[in-house]
Amino acid sequence: MNNPVMPKPCTILDVCKETDMEYTFKVATDITPAHGQFMQLSVPKIGEAPISVSSFGEGYMEFTIRAVGKLTDKLFSLQPGDTLFMRGPYGNGWPMERFAGKHLVVIAGGTGVAPVRSLLNKCYSEPDFAKSVHLICGFKNADSILFKQDLENWKEKFEAIYTLDSESIPCWQCGLVTQFIPDFSYDSFDGEYEVIIVGPPAMMHHSALKCMTCGIPEEKVWVSFERKMSCAVGKCGHCRIDETYVCLEGPVFNYTVAKNLLD
Amino acid sequence: MGYSLSFEETNQLFQKLSAEYKIYAPKRFEKQGRYSDTDVIRYDVVKSVEEIVYDQKSDYSAKEVVSPITQTIFYFTEDEYRESKVDKKKILIFLRPCDINAFEHQDKIFLGNGGFTDFFYARMREKVKFVMMECTEGWDTCFCVSMNANKTEDYSAAVRFGENSLTVQVKDSDLLGYFEGCTKVDFAPSFIEKNEIEVKIPEIPNKEVLGKLKKHDMWKEYNSRCISCGSCTVACSTCTCFTTIDKIYDENCNAGERRRVTASCQVAGFDRMAGGHEFRTTPAERVRYRVLHKVYDYKARFKDSHMCVGCGRCSARCPKFISFPAAINKMAAAIEEICAEQAK
Repeated sequence: MNNPVMPKPCTILDVCKETDMEYTFKVATDITPAHGQFMQLSVPKIGEAPISVSSFGEGYMEFTIRAVGKLTDKLFSLQPGDTLFMRGPYGNGWPMERFAGKHLVVIAGGTGVAPVRSLLNKCYSEPDFAKSVHLICGFKNADSILFKQDLENWKEKFEAIYTLDSESIPCWQCGLVTQFIPDFSYDSFDGEYEVIIVGPPAMMHHSALKCMTCGIPEEKVWVSFERKMSCAVGKCGHCRIDETYVCLEGPVFNYTVAKNLLD
Repeated sequence: MGYSLSFEETNQLFQKLSAEYKIYAPKRFEKQGRYSDTDVIRYDVVKSVEEIVYDQKSDYSAKEVVSPITQTIFYFTEDEYRESKVDKKKILIFLRPCDINAFEHQDKIFLGNGGFTDFFYARMREKVKFVMMECTEGWDTCFCVSMNANKTEDYSAAVRFGENSLTVQVKDSDLLGYFEGCTKVDFAPSFIEKNEIEVKIPEIPNKEVLGKLKKHDMWKEYNSRCISCGSCTVACSTCTCFTTIDKIYDENCNAGERRRVTASCQVAGFDRMAGGHEFRTTPAERVRYRVLHKVYDYKARFKDSHMCVGCGRCSARCPKFISFPAAINKMAAAIEEICAEQAK
């Protein structure tokens, strides 16, 4: 009998320090996830946690992890060559067929950039995938900026607004991502666009409301949820909201569904 | 086909069965109850028929036989996870119709939800045969009739307990051989038709009403009553939630176990993510989450029935005497109020 929660060992290829709090782990694997999916990462002795895939390619996957839990603290002591256990991929990622050939507006905050990073890099390396990318990226302060090289790259090809919540530095705006949402001319997209919002729960909530006030239809807005999970296969119950299991039907939801998912 | 067996003959039968089966039944654990000098009745292996507590409701449900409160699922070393092993013997469980019906819900989550079959549940579940204990009276916290869970045909054998004898109906051909030579009688079990408590499950017409119900004042009373202990969900015959934890044998070694431990949505931290963010921070929100799952969300997902069999263990175990039927009735009143408000 197949055991869906059996973790498989994988070798860590590289560890990259993004900030004092966040590290990106590159892990060897043959698994190819879809953009926006997540994996269950295990460190023996510590436990398991759902982590978004922040990048992937031939033979590898990357995870950008914040030092906030017991498992993630332990992860930070791991070095290239060490073993990490994982299983997956799980959940529904971004609806790529629906995004193809459209103008994409991406609003991401903090570690919320991770679940949308592989999609943005696809748009960067395959300019034909989307008509255009309009990006609003927000971090708390200068010390919490992630993916600095990616941000530089994206700026070249995307209409990008980078902002810090509470600090002013050169070339960056100061303020919450929500205040920049009205800066794009949605009418110019001729209805051919989709909006992606990822970040902390309050940021996603207020960003979605701001989109509504800008006249963006609900069905054009997509969000990615983060919830506690033990199993990621619809058994443990931790991620359930009403009749929806975030691990099975999410983590990506259309806003027409997400707006009704009140924990 | 029915048989009549004295307790002595039943014990001889148990002896014969023990080569092939482990027999689980509600059993008394003296002085292990939560108040001094009280007992607890829960499922465990029995060797004799006298051990089976048939004239009282068990405090805990039969689900623990298949998914124990704590179980080791993996053993790990530096580079490997290995599944734990289980006893090869098949399992007979003595249980009432409500508890048999509860397994339908356990099966739906563990064997079906999301198209994933849970390995650890499935390997136990496929060993199980049900021996239904006839239940025609019930207790003061039961409302199985309202939940449509008072009857079942899903059993291998059914039994009626007499003072010193057992009457048995055998449906499963695997078990028939064991009854050769026993006194034959005509017997078919009866089912309870009416409980002291009746509950009418309200319909929630749409998401708008659901949204308003979640914010309704009715839940607030639970902030002062519910102590978030999780007794209700542990005792519940249909609750399935669990958490996975790792245990190491020694700080300095890399070997240990990954365990699956029953979890409760009523206990603070059930939805706490790494970093500390929580979605339901008050007892009222957590009670609302449980009640709506039992009588709305589950049916919205799986369509055919609610996730409650009316066994009443949640009410019976609650140290603050919170009645689940009363909560459902309050919810019905709140929904009526919301709908009337909308119709204006």
